[in-house]
Amino acid sequence: MKQARIEVRDKKGIYDAVAEGLKQDIRDLGIKTVTGAHYIQVYTLRGDFSAGDLRRVAAEILTDSISQEYNCGKGFYPAPSGGVRIVEVAYNPGVMDPVEQSLAKAIKDMRLKGIESASTSKKYVLNGKVSRAEVDKITEKLLYNKIIQHVVREQETKKELAAYKFERVEIDILGAKDADLKKLSREGQLYLTLLEMKAIQKHFRKLRRNPTDCELETLAQTWSEHCKHKTMMGAVVYNGKKIDNLLKETVMKVTRDLKKSWCVSVFKDNAGIIRFDEKNNICFKVETHNHPSALEPYGGAETGIGGVIRDPMGTGLGSKPIINTDIFCFGMPDMPAGSVPKGALHPKRVMKGVVSGVRDYGNKMGIPTVNGSVCFDERYTGNPLVFCGNVGIMPREFSDKIVSSGDLIVAVGGRTGRDGIHGATFSSSELTAESETISSTAVQIGNPITEKKVLDTLIKARDLKLYESITDCGAGGFSSAVGEMGEETGAEVYLDKAPLKYSGLKPWEIWVSEAQERMVLAVNKRNLKKLMEIFKSENVEATVIGKFTSNGKLRLFYKGHMLTDLDMSFIHDGLPKVARKAVWKSKKEDVDTLPRKKKDLTPDLLKVLSTWNVCSKEWIIRQYDHEVQGGSVLKPLIGVDNDGPADASVTIPFLDSKKGIALSNGINPSYGDIDPYWMAASAIDEALRQITAVGGEVSKTALLDNFCWGNTEKPAQLGGLVRASQACYDMAKVFGTPFISGKDSLNNEFNTGKKTVSIPPTLLISAVSVIDDVEKTISSDVKASGNLLFVVGRTLQEMGGSQYFQVNGKKGGRVPRVSPLKSKNIMKSVHTAIKKGFIASAHDCSEGGIAVALAEMLFSGGMGARVNLGKVPREKRIDRDDVLLFSESNSRFIVEVPEDKEKDFLSEMKGRPCGLIGIVSADSRMTVDGLLGERVIDADINKLKKHWKKPFGKLMHEKN
Amino acid sequence: MKKIKTLILRTAGTNCDMETAFAFKQAGSGVDMVHINELIRKKSLLSQYQILAIPGGFTYGDDVASGKILANELKFNLSDQINRFIFAGKPVIGICNGFQVLVKMGLLPDTGEVRGEKIEATLSLNDSGRFEDRWIHLKSEKEQGKRKKCRCIWTKDIPEVMYMPIAHAEGKFIPKDEKSLNLLKSNGQVVFRYTDSKGAPAGYPDNPNGSVDDIAGLCDPSGRVLGMMPHPERHAIYLQHPNWRRFPDRRKEMGTGIRLFENGVKFAKNQL
Repeated sequence: MKQARIEVRDKKGIYDAVAEGLKQDIRDLGIKTVTGAHYIQVYTLRGDFSAGDLRRVAAEILTDSISQEYNCGKGFYPAPSGGVRIVEVAYNPGVMDPVEQSLAKAIKDMRLKGIESASTSKKYVLNGKVSRAEVDKITEKLLYNKIIQHVVREQETKKELAAYKFERVEIDILGAKDADLKKLSREGQLYLTLLEMKAIQKHFRKLRRNPTDCELETLAQTWSEHCKHKTMMGAVVYNGKKIDNLLKETVMKVTRDLKKSWCVSVFKDNAGIIRFDEKNNICFKVETHNHPSALEPYGGAETGIGGVIRDPMGTGLGSKPIINTDIFCFGMPDMPAGSVPKGALHPKRVMKGVVSGVRDYGNKMGIPTVNGSVCFDERYTGNPLVFCGNVGIMPREFSDKIVSSGDLIVAVGGRTGRDGIHGATFSSSELTAESETISSTAVQIGNPITEKKVLDTLIKARDLKLYESITDCGAGGFSSAVGEMGEETGAEVYLDKAPLKYSGLKPWEIWVSEAQERMVLAVNKRNLKKLMEIFKSENVEATVIGKFTSNGKLRLFYKGHMLTDLDMSFIHDGLPKVARKAVWKSKKEDVDTLPRKKKDLTPDLLKVLSTWNVCSKEWIIRQYDHEVQGGSVLKPLIGVDNDGPADASVTIPFLDSKKGIALSNGINPSYGDIDPYWMAASAIDEALRQITAVGGEVSKTALLDNFCWGNTEKPAQLGGLVRASQACYDMAKVFGTPFISGKDSLNNEFNTGKKTVSIPPTLLISAVSVIDDVEKTISSDVKASGNLLFVVGRTLQEMGGSQYFQVNGKKGGRVPRVSPLKSKNIMKSVHTAIKKGFIASAHDCSEGGIAVALAEMLFSGGMGARVNLGKVPREKRIDRDDVLLFSESNSRFIVEVPEDKEKDFLSEMKGRPCGLIGIVSADSRMTVDGLLGERVIDADINKLKKHWKKPFGKLMHEKN
Repeated sequence: MKKIKTLILRTAGTNCDMETAFAFKQAGSGVDMVHINELIRKKSLLSQYQILAIPGGFTYGDDVASGKILANELKFNLSDQINRFIFAGKPVIGICNGFQVLVKMGLLPDTGEVRGEKIEATLSLNDSGRFEDRWIHLKSEKEQGKRKKCRCIWTKDIPEVMYMPIAHAEGKFIPKDEKSLNLLKSNGQVVFRYTDSKGAPAGYPDNPNGSVDDIAGLCDPSGRVLGMMPHPERHAIYLQHPNWRRFPDRRKEMGTGIRLFENGVKFAKNQL
């Protein structure tokens, strides 16, 4: 077999954006010796081909004749001389490289039969007097990630992975002592507790045999925290009082109590389903992909969004994904490089990787990303949070599914490889500096085009009713998918039938692999032929790998050998139940120690606008396609210049109808340090405020919860989690907003080797609401000079966790609370006023309080305002302007009302705290007069906007 | 009245097929979304349609270069059928990824002057080095008056300055050389240029990708084959306009992207 390289680079005179970006990143690393950088794309072809074939591939496919040139010989820099450094980076064996597949297709189209395979690598040329150490630093920090890539040192020949030779592996646990069981759990990456290991031992003692590797892996996967939610679904002794099942008694209970007729399927399927219109339902799911994103931000985030998109695809009999939402929590992006703990990546690199991963996958799937949020806290450095969400739509009739004995098990989509093995168990443990070495197989690279093809064909097959049930392969792979689908019936799977990416996989690896882009269907035999034809017609691979039985057993086979024979009942219900201890000690109500009084609060406003949490995220948002599918009618960037921050998004799934979907997120980790209860309440209030601010209705809104916590084996951590869950119940009950789905990710801690850093307790609340007429929705940019500005909702002195406290170096204080009944009434009135057309724009007050909300409304609308704080509804004791302007009390809005609607508006607000604070002006000045009538803020809106845009502009070296 | 049928080509990674179909339906055409495998299997299929649309998306993941793999597939499997389609006087539109495909097949700009080598331009990585989604202003060339009138049949009587979104990573137009560029201009093949809101030339971000001479869209010398990076199908109704709430009295001026599709369908009705 021959092997030949083709190198492709930009011609001289063509602007090389990749190299320019790299040069900037190198400067950011503090390396000044690099004077030039070039990027060369390398392709390696293998097979039996002529020099002519090679040149044809190079010229006709790989090179753009206008802008690029190629070299089919020894490469562009065959012998690097002084002043030239070369680094070549390639994927590790077994890591998905989507380009390989596309290239194989192109070569096939050209009918060049001799070329058997093609792989890619990236070559970087650095000019200047660059030291070896500097090259190494650049390589490590910018050019590759050793989890998925390696530096090419010499010509590589493709290593064929050795074929797997069958061997039955049994693990001796019958006589194992406690220490042996512990060791087995740890070294086998099973991450089961001793108690759980002993339950397994006991079960097999009863069976009088040892388990196989397949059986142990099945149990470890099914019983993992990630899949089983042992903590949230388990018993807790909270301050001495027993709670049998935390989730069922809080978040899930509220849905049962509320009995909303429009809830179709909750906490049951891959996503929660609610009614949309006469013919259709929508479903929504948000989940996290934290640990993989910590190690390989691009791949981790990519497979995070790819995975959550498969949830609606696998809900009911399959829905069409129509909206993406992404929420991230990172360390400080301007952190000094030297402060990054060993084993962690720099937050800026994490952020860039995560954003491009979500961008590439979401955009290529053709799903608009219309809403999101980003939070920063240094404790997220080693353990960032990546929440991805997706909404799907389906005709009502496809909302349910049922597996019957005798149905065939069909695997559809991507092939199975070693990628993502132990993802479920790994994500249930703490991250350490060594995670990157022991868990490298847990990280994957996705191929969105494979998933898109699956989606296109699935919808066709669904409409023809060619399958009975469906689920996605997520954490735990086939083990989880088949295990869940066959829980009631039993199932047998022939693991040797599963299509593999490469040879050498052991049967248990095939079973628990989390390779991406796979779905599992239950198919009645009579439909198989037609179903397979549909997949084949669009080049989607589909294979029968087993069948559902009626014996209630899970049986796995490999070439006729039975490797697993377990009762489904033991797999799903054999997990020993423990009651975890939770403690919460209410702290004494903190008194706010306010910063010294200042006459001019303009500098504080500018500072708050420039904090990472408040500042513009346009750099991120623009990289997402928020227009694809054509239904984005309230976009993430708004206002005269399309760069202001929106509250909720509004999307129409059908372009010929005015019925829409509003979507929002609430998250505020900085309150969680003080009290997780009020953090949770605030997150719910924030999500609902945003829905209200665009014209949505709380009574038509459903919620999702995503808890990300530290190690809940620690009673205080678990105590916080209990409090947050209780807040979910208390708030949602009064608001009347059911939870329809949720997820939790625990053990979000990073061990630096010296100490364990836990993330701040973080609860993300996502809200989805059906809008009857999107023409009645509004945006937050002010619309016309002369319009009146009102504050609705009461301001309390609640400065704890506020942005104002953070920029002034203040800790503690009273955290914002929620009075749900009052809040609900305010939201109801605001909604009615919007619906009746009395309000021209509305914005909710969140981080940065009234001051930031007002500034954002004004610079988005390109107008100024004269404001006086005298009539801001407030608790009596507030006598300071900074408190009024920057307190982050919940349940407040700023609304803009045309003068001729003032009366109508005020009559709608009867009984609600509401005060006239000013008037929109045609000039560009925002002035605010304080309680004593003195001017406390006087700023040009363009300056405010500039400060708001500055942090990302500076970080990313934006010219604009 | 003659019934017009538009074929919207689909393959792995196509993702603007639904909204493109919506725009053509609104414009009065029948629409079928056809997978390329079906077209290859049944080669006579294409000739049953009057309009061919290659919609936006990330065909084959933009691997190697955007549009390249699909261009290669069409070239080796369907080039006779497509050439006959164009030769028969039928309109073709390629939007975003579809434009990239047409350019990489050599169907655009196809000035007719270069013999032997058909590739006369490319669309390459944005100067910003990344994917961007933003609303931009487009000026149609015919309004500039001095040079040869643009012959594009898709843009008759459209507003002087149009507003629609771009959403791409590889949209920077680069012609082969100065001569090709001049030919494009003198042939009247330049259809759209990026401008500021008043129709005047401007830098980034008005020209969002660094395209040479601000070129955003091109047609072939016949005026029937149009390729453009911006998405007219994403501004086919006023609700898609980012500021329909700010200017309630200007809704009639919104949703103007539909005019392109109406022109294509009208042309097909009258001429075919």
